[in-house]
Amino acid sequence: MTQIKRKSDTKMVPVPSMAIVPERDIDKAPVLEARHLGIEFGGLKAVDDFNIIIGKTEIAGLIGPNGAGKTTVFNLLTKVYQPTTGTVLINGKDTHGMNTVQANKAGIARTFQNIRLFNNMTVEENVRIGLHNQVKYGMFSGILRAPSYWKQEKKQHEKSLDLLSIFDMQDMADVKAGSLPYGAQRRLEIVRALATNPSLLLLDEPAAGMNPHETEELMENIIKIRDQFQIAVLLIEHDMNLVMGICEGICVLNYGRIIAKGTADEIQQNPVVIEAYLGKQKEA
Amino acid sequence: MISFLSHLVNGISLGSVYAIIALGYSMVYGIAKMLNFAHGDVIMVGAYITFCATQYWGLPPVVSVLAAMLVCTVLGVVIERLAYKPLRAATSLAVLITAIGMSYFLQNAAQLIWGANPKSFPSVITLPTLSLMGGQLLISGETMVTVLANVIIMIVLTIFTSKTKMGRAMRAVSEDKGAAELMGINVNATISLTFAIGSALAAVAGVLLCSAYPALMPTTGSMPGIKAFTAAVFGGIGSIPGALVGGLLLGVIEILGKAYISMELGDAFVFAVLIIVLLVKPTGLLGKKVHEKV
Repeated sequence: MTQIKRKSDTKMVPVPSMAIVPERDIDKAPVLEARHLGIEFGGLKAVDDFNIIIGKTEIAGLIGPNGAGKTTVFNLLTKVYQPTTGTVLINGKDTHGMNTVQANKAGIARTFQNIRLFNNMTVEENVRIGLHNQVKYGMFSGILRAPSYWKQEKKQHEKSLDLLSIFDMQDMADVKAGSLPYGAQRRLEIVRALATNPSLLLLDEPAAGMNPHETEELMENIIKIRDQFQIAVLLIEHDMNLVMGICEGICVLNYGRIIAKGTADEIQQNPVVIEAYLGKQKEA
Repeated sequence: MISFLSHLVNGISLGSVYAIIALGYSMVYGIAKMLNFAHGDVIMVGAYITFCATQYWGLPPVVSVLAAMLVCTVLGVVIERLAYKPLRAATSLAVLITAIGMSYFLQNAAQLIWGANPKSFPSVITLPTLSLMGGQLLISGETMVTVLANVIIMIVLTIFTSKTKMGRAMRAVSEDKGAAELMGINVNATISLTFAIGSALAAVAGVLLCSAYPALMPTTGSMPGIKAFTAAVFGGIGSIPGALVGGLLLGVIEILGKAYISMELGDAFVFAVLIIVLLVKPTGLLGKKVHEKV
């Protein structure tokens, strides 16, 4: 044996161990991987050392008391904020230095806690904004209404109605988004996000303001969307019926840090979670 | 009666120019939420380019106008990139002052290049004068082209914003920049496009304005620019039909005021209208109500 001359001085750091993904996704590359993600606002660590792996077709939940940093995590994942530490990989691709538009193109789409539809545009136009990057025709063929324009417009129109049919909303295509009832607005936001052809859909409190019947329907639809589009879903939600009912992997956040990760059963029995979160359920 | 009709025609003609300029203010305000006070001076640049193209380079009128549109489009996009884009996150006051600074910069640059003396702008419109009512009411070729150009621009822009993907993107950005970005809309490109369209229209307005009022100098654009801004506010800033209505009404008010009340106070009427509108209906005639999120 010859003497070893070189020695690597690479510093080794632990990567998120104990990550769980659904068994069916074990052979597929995870859709999202966040490593040591953190952000500070003027010295305050809003999110610190956030690690998560989401499987290709997983429905995952992100829960925690108010102000725990859940929406901040969404803003980090979608590049609304640039993280102070850590990395986000979407489909294995490092999103470092990406802006919001590029993160969307990389495969991440979201809805908002306080609905942000384009209220003065119709339902169909809202969906078409989501389809924007999949439409290819130049500005001049648009103004001159060239054949390519008509062809693409027709295709877009059909695709919009197709997407709207997930929630049986085709009939509302020409209604102004702002005049829709609350539940329908939330559903339209999901359709608009889906239109951007994501591989990971982030839902920020999708059931907020919905009655139990609507929530039940929403749960079925989230599963339907996952099955039909073969995408992953990460949702923030306070409705425990919804979270425990459909989320496969659940991540609990408190004061910007993950305090527990696991399946619904594990989370419900975790004493730290019960103390931090479920014990305060009355407030939620 | 005939003189009234004749004034009315002149008012509509002037109003059409205001409307085309007002579109530039309105669209940029709608999307970038800023008042581009350099817009009036882009008009002046467009007129100078047309002047040079026809007088010095001997180009035919149509080609000259297209050249002016091209130069102004590039100018508009460059102004936005260099002067306004770095201030995207700054207070609106900083952007406003920058726009005023840009306005003076363009005026002085023009003075440096073309001198301060007014140039006599040759009309690029060769249409004959239309004589109506036995020769009592004369409608000049300039007037007809101006009104026609205004109608065509309004129709094309309305179709563009409502029926094409770039138009929809513009409306989405004007409503919620952040949400549009998260849906994959390139906000910077959309803002650039808006400046490009507004500036190309400014070039057209410059040619039409100087064809009707042929004295061209570095400050030619500033007064019509301010009046068109008034028209945009009058009609409801951010709205395309608002720019049309505001522009036409303002042009007619100015001409009739000058004709029947006082020649000297003509401009004062325009700004009196602005003050009244701001007092009575701050959102303008067709402006949308801004609703606060609770």
